[in-house]
Amino acid sequence: MSASAKKVTRNKVTYLEAISQAIHEEMMRDEAVFLLGEDVGTYGGAFKVSTGMLEEFGPERIIDTPMSESAIIGSAIGAALMGMRPIAEMQFIDFITCGFDQIINMASKMYWRSGIPVPMVIRGPSGGGTKGGPFHSASPEAWFFHTPGIKVVVPATTYDAKGLLKAAIRDNNPVLYLEHKLLYRMPELREELPEEDYIVPLGKAITRREGENITILTYGAMVHQCLKAAQTLEEEDDLQVEVIDLRSLAPLDYEAITASAKHTNKVLIVHEDTLTGGIGAELAAILAEDLFEYLDGPITRVAAPDAPFPYAPALEAAYLPNAEKILAAARKLAAY
Amino acid sequence: MSREALLQIYYYMRLTRAMENRTRTLFLQGRVVGGVYTGQGHEATTVGAATMLRVDDCIVPQHRDLGMHLVRGVSPRAVMDQWLARGNSPTLGRDGQLHIGDIHHGVVPSISMLGESLPVACGVALTMKMRKRATIVLAPCGDGATNTGPFHEALNFASVQKLPIVYLIENNGYAYSTPTYKQFAIEDLSDRALAYGMPGESVDGNDVMAVVEAVGKAVQHARSARGPALVECKTFRVRGHSEADKADYVPQQLRDEWLAKDPIARFEVYLTKKHSLTSAEKAEIEAKVKATVDDAVNFAEQSPAPDAGTVAKYVFAPDGPIAIVGEPGAQDQRYVNAQDSRTGQPFNTIVQFNSPVEAQFNAPEGVVGQR
Repeated sequence: MSASAKKVTRNKVTYLEAISQAIHEEMMRDEAVFLLGEDVGTYGGAFKVSTGMLEEFGPERIIDTPMSESAIIGSAIGAALMGMRPIAEMQFIDFITCGFDQIINMASKMYWRSGIPVPMVIRGPSGGGTKGGPFHSASPEAWFFHTPGIKVVVPATTYDAKGLLKAAIRDNNPVLYLEHKLLYRMPELREELPEEDYIVPLGKAITRREGENITILTYGAMVHQCLKAAQTLEEEDDLQVEVIDLRSLAPLDYEAITASAKHTNKVLIVHEDTLTGGIGAELAAILAEDLFEYLDGPITRVAAPDAPFPYAPALEAAYLPNAEKILAAARKLAAY
Repeated sequence: MSREALLQIYYYMRLTRAMENRTRTLFLQGRVVGGVYTGQGHEATTVGAATMLRVDDCIVPQHRDLGMHLVRGVSPRAVMDQWLARGNSPTLGRDGQLHIGDIHHGVVPSISMLGESLPVACGVALTMKMRKRATIVLAPCGDGATNTGPFHEALNFASVQKLPIVYLIENNGYAYSTPTYKQFAIEDLSDRALAYGMPGESVDGNDVMAVVEAVGKAVQHARSARGPALVECKTFRVRGHSEADKADYVPQQLRDEWLAKDPIARFEVYLTKKHSLTSAEKAEIEAKVKATVDDAVNFAEQSPAPDAGTVAKYVFAPDGPIAIVGEPGAQDQRYVNAQDSRTGQPFNTIVQFNSPVEAQFNAPEGVVGQR
């Protein structure tokens, strides 16, 4: 694996390969790092993130578990208390609900209560667009975003997928790492990654496109839909749209958010998760509270409707935000 | 087991009872700010089981396990600080009850969601296994917690992974007001062990010698890398679920039967008959217990309330290297988890508040190091 891993760094790799590289390199670098989850060993994971790792690291560090999310997450917490740095894989992030209590009541409050750090990562495929239906398409970030003591990161690019995961593994707190399954093997996201070790720090947003007419705040797979819309807005409407990829939801990059909003004076918020009580609601509240005098138009949100995630292609297409919906909302906002 | 060790068990049983009696008084006086949950009646189980561990082992105690805490060396001062919500309590006033711990001394803090600590115990044991240690985890829970999903997930996973864990079920007959016959349709909870492929045994949890023997066997099994083992201790919850609960749903006859089997009185009879416990020794132990409890309460009463200005602090641990607990140098100051990074001081569950009274009488290692 190490030979092949070296070889692929010289070529363009996928978002999924970047995740594999991050796990592999961190396990090579630090003996405290290990992976546990359903089918991660012999099978290499449902999406093949850990292919070959069982052979390389052995069954004590690549642990196939029973179908027991509480045991997976709870064991990760126990090991983290002991100073290990476990990575707990949720086969699909939807199943994180089966281990919810371990995250909300055990992991998130532990350091605050006891002073004992819980350095662990929970990661898994999130998001829709793959005809996964109501139980394989979740965007669970808002549940955890609301919980003090959990960090939440959402990589949108191949570079970030690797750098954010490495930073998450090295962090001394529980970090929820939400990889988007639609991006796993997307050819457009293939990227040549640095040969040398790097991280993308938690809590730092990045400007994906600069502009002065409208700010779009977004994250995850929606970054790409927003960039598409921004391109159209430039070509057809002569609007310069600034696209901010939040990368970390907790902690939020307050500086980047407010700096861009002050610059453009109009903010559109886009996320794949449902509207009510989503990340956008908090972003809107921050903007309304702190930047009221800077805003020249209504803070606008584009998100999935307040309904569970549907299965049929026609319903899924209607449900998910996309470049067209973003375009329409941006044009309405630009008119102010 | 030596006479000295038996006397220590007796001391810790008495100390546990006395600490809880005093806590109840403080509660009735309105000095404990929240609910009070005691393990009165469980003393043989909690003290007996914890006595069978070595220094490097770990406990994952629950809300009625004060006896285990005390045997492990948890400071009575820290316990009283916690009940009185003092600023220098192990949780800095952020949590109450016995939700305290110090991982360097093998005590994992619990939460109110009973059963959820059992998967966490798996992670501690998994680390011991990965680091090739001969240490084990003692993971207790009540009869109520055996009906949760995490109980099943944890015991199953532990058995599959052959983790060094002793599961101790403290079956006290009630989950809050719900009697066991409304909770499960089996007579002995140790039967559940069979389903997970581990040895299980049910014993009289009010007979400390029976507890010591059964847990001792289970510890030996777990320590020899043969996987987890389960012991059910049948006991009785003398008080209500909390002090807000009169427990008038417990039939008087049942209560009388159990009260006649009080674990401390029984052990006293045993010690007197078999080991000639003298009234002078008893008086000495009583005096030490009283002095320890008084010291703890006085200390807590004089301790400051938390600084309200810190209310939003300590949500996240700082950056920096983390030591693997139990490895040489793990308590080196350069590690974030070597001490309490919230305060920059050593963890105060065990280390800082060692009562002089306690130290004078006997260090907990005296018992813990027996086996």
